[in-house]
Amino acid sequence: MTERTTEQAPSRSSQDENSAAGSSTIDTVTEPDPARGRSHGSPIQGRGERIFRGLTSGSGLLVVAAVAAIGLFLLVQAVPSLLANNANFFTSPVFDTRDAANLNFGIRDLLVVTLLSSLFALAIAMPISLGIALFLTQYTPKRVSRPFAYIIDLLAAVPSIIYGLWGIAVLAPALLPIATWLSTNLGWFFLFAPGNLPVLTGTIFTGGVVLAVMILPIITAVTREVFSQTPRFHIEAAQALGATRWEVIRMAVLPYGRSGYIAGSMLGLGRALGETIAVLIVIRAATTPSGFSLFDGGYTFASLIASAASEFSQPLPTGAYIAAGLVLFVLTFVVNAIARVVAGGKVNG
Amino acid sequence: MAKRLDLKDVDIYYGDFHAVAGVNLSVAPRSVTSFIGPSGCGKSTVLRTLNRMHEEIPGARVEGEVLLDGEDIYNRSSDAVAVRKTIGMVFQRPNPFPTMSIRDNVVAGLKLSGVRDKKKLDEVCEASLRGANLWKEVSGRLDKPGGGLSGGQQQRLCIARAIAVAPDVLLMDEPCSALDPISTLAIEDLIADLKKEYTIVIVTHNMQQAARVSDQTAFFNLEATGKPGKLVEIDDTEKIFSNPTEQATEDYISGRFG
Repeated sequence: MTERTTEQAPSRSSQDENSAAGSSTIDTVTEPDPARGRSHGSPIQGRGERIFRGLTSGSGLLVVAAVAAIGLFLLVQAVPSLLANNANFFTSPVFDTRDAANLNFGIRDLLVVTLLSSLFALAIAMPISLGIALFLTQYTPKRVSRPFAYIIDLLAAVPSIIYGLWGIAVLAPALLPIATWLSTNLGWFFLFAPGNLPVLTGTIFTGGVVLAVMILPIITAVTREVFSQTPRFHIEAAQALGATRWEVIRMAVLPYGRSGYIAGSMLGLGRALGETIAVLIVIRAATTPSGFSLFDGGYTFASLIASAASEFSQPLPTGAYIAAGLVLFVLTFVVNAIARVVAGGKVNG
Repeated sequence: MAKRLDLKDVDIYYGDFHAVAGVNLSVAPRSVTSFIGPSGCGKSTVLRTLNRMHEEIPGARVEGEVLLDGEDIYNRSSDAVAVRKTIGMVFQRPNPFPTMSIRDNVVAGLKLSGVRDKKKLDEVCEASLRGANLWKEVSGRLDKPGGGLSGGQQQRLCIARAIAVAPDVLLMDEPCSALDPISTLAIEDLIADLKKEYTIVIVTHNMQQAARVSDQTAFFNLEATGKPGKLVEIDDTEKIFSNPTEQATEDYISGRFG
């Protein structure tokens, strides 16, 4: 170490002479004082650097550890119940844990209801969010779009219990005519086939619409943010070619914001998959298995677990619900992974 | 193709701010006119009024006449979108559509005009890329995204895109300021070629460039911050750089200010 610094010292001073001849400002900038660097700056800087790096990587690792711990917890708690299960976990539509000595539980219907309601919600919310985001970023001046955006953000702040109440008390009756029309005219299509409920309210259809309203602000917020960051020079490129407003959107804004839009939608899907209380209130329980119709009732993973939460006293039945939770946990991972693949390496063009 | 451009008493405002005052100038077909002047003097602003790009800034408005072969581009029957289809523009920063292929970039303007015939599009694509001196470099990878080219190539791609629609006038807003000297040379050579077919107006901060590429040079200046920019002098490039009429021009080109 000392040898190197003494070797460097002469070469530095010769450099000093050279640069001093050229420009004095440059050499004061580029030449750190080696003596000062050794005695004060570098050890303190080094220690601070180490502490800071330790803190940041520690926080990073903590997140990974937390996720792994949750997964592990779910797995450990679920395995004994899965081993004691008398029904096929993946294909059985029943979820019966009343008798701890004879567990019969499967996730078929939970998976169907969860996916059906969430994807239906996504199908409604995605185009509307896209429209709102384009409207706010491309068609309105900032003065108007800002308060408008606040209102949409407010939608995200409404507690989900309120959505549940609104869904069952207001929305369900209001949707009844539409549901009736779909059921009578498009009943041949499996999504609108007669379901396992005696009525057309409180179905996956109703729940999906409620979920759509709930995830709308999330998708809109992310999409709006990405669209508003479309580089000016991309937009100008299209404008200078004589593109109309819509053509500018198609040529510059959408390609730039596509991945952000998908990412926002997946965020919304994640929320829909895990939504508990609103779904529990809105979607009625059914006694027969689901038939892939939007007019079915039933439980999602989250609503089933919530509905049974008061009875978690014995470990084996509780483990059955934890197993269901584990599937939901994995499902959200899969959704995220798919989102990443779809958004791909083409993030922001 | 290659029309004449006349500006008569053009005043440009941004809201209450009077940005440029009283510009009168003429640009002959198949010639290169360069706008020079210190930053903030309004030369880019004037350029942007020539294809109504300035209208994208809220509150911007123009008084006076901008005549393209005698026809005012600001008259009521023509809208900005139509004007921009016939007056092409190349920007300071190369801006190909990053996710579009090279081919789609070149023909983007034609597609906007409703041309769908694939054979025609391919022909124009090749002709425009040849016209922009880029064909040899990209002919084997027309399906690759335009964002993958080097800066100089991207700028020539943007020029190809601008000339693909056979514009009446080609506007260039400091087209070389983000490029290295070799790419700059390539663009300057290209401008000399394009001059045979197009009317070109170029804004540049580089006075040597103005001297090299242009037939006539316009010097813009502003008296003080907050005052509107003005066209001080417009004349043959040779005259501006050897024996300008105005003292301010002399001071600027000899490096005494700006």
